[in-house]
Amino acid sequence: MERALPALGFDGIEHVRVGRMVELEADGPEQLPELCEKLLANPLIEDFEIESIDGA
Amino acid sequence: MRWGVLQFPGSCDERDALHACSLSGEARLVWHEERDLGGLDAIVVPGGFSYGDYLRAGAIARFSPAMEAVAEFAANGGPVLGICNGFQVLCEANLLPGALLRNENLRFVCRQVDLIPTDGPESGQIGRFEAHRWLSIPAKHGEGRYYAPEETLDEMEANGQIAFRYAPGQNPNGSLRDIAGVRNEAGNVLGLMPHPEHAVDPMTGSTDGLRVFESVARSLA
Repeated sequence: MERALPALGFDGIEHVRVGRMVELEADGPEQLPELCEKLLANPLIEDFEIESIDGA
Repeated sequence: MRWGVLQFPGSCDERDALHACSLSGEARLVWHEERDLGGLDAIVVPGGFSYGDYLRAGAIARFSPAMEAVAEFAANGGPVLGICNGFQVLCEANLLPGALLRNENLRFVCRQVDLIPTDGPESGQIGRFEAHRWLSIPAKHGEGRYYAPEETLDEMEANGQIAFRYAPGQNPNGSLRDIAGVRNEAGNVLGLMPHPEHAVDPMTGSTDGLRVFESVARSLA
């Protein structure tokens, strides 16, 4: 992708990374790390971060 | 010899696998919601796109009732053969070490490859053959780049867990150390990316795939 950008006229763009974002609503956020390790991410090949956004 | 071939929503190679198995015994499909593997001697986890490969290839299939039963079956020493998506499922289920990443060039590959069996014959383990007899088998996948940490790869080599490597210059996906297939430590679970079930009839140019199925049958003899 990064190599394709200059061809489209976008110069000076570096460190392009494509990832996956999962949005979910949880009553018990404490279970999320385990959920990530068991299903959402494969810890052998993927890293994950959990960011919480408080709902209204 | 009674084979069970798992079938997930999105499996697409289970019919060929069923046919290949039927050449060395009886074979039946096992729907992904089935838990009962009673009476089966060996299990094939076939290729395809189980559950659409959403999230990661094989990640959802791992939690199916049939896979829970397969994990138990494997723990009791039953032979399990995972092909392509089935290999990915077995890795996600931690029945095999490592993981399969997107092909290095990000393109789907579909071509005949030569596989070198690496460890020599040994009784009781599946997928072990004389190294001088290569297998010509088709590979077709988008996520077949085998990955495991270096120290894990060293251990696997020392334990004789590398079942197949791509012949020199034929690695189609950037797999580490040219790995095409691996075994668990006990030697009863084997996963490989290329498709032995598509190479069992002279009409398709090679019958080398039969040898993989026969090695499973032999391990039970």
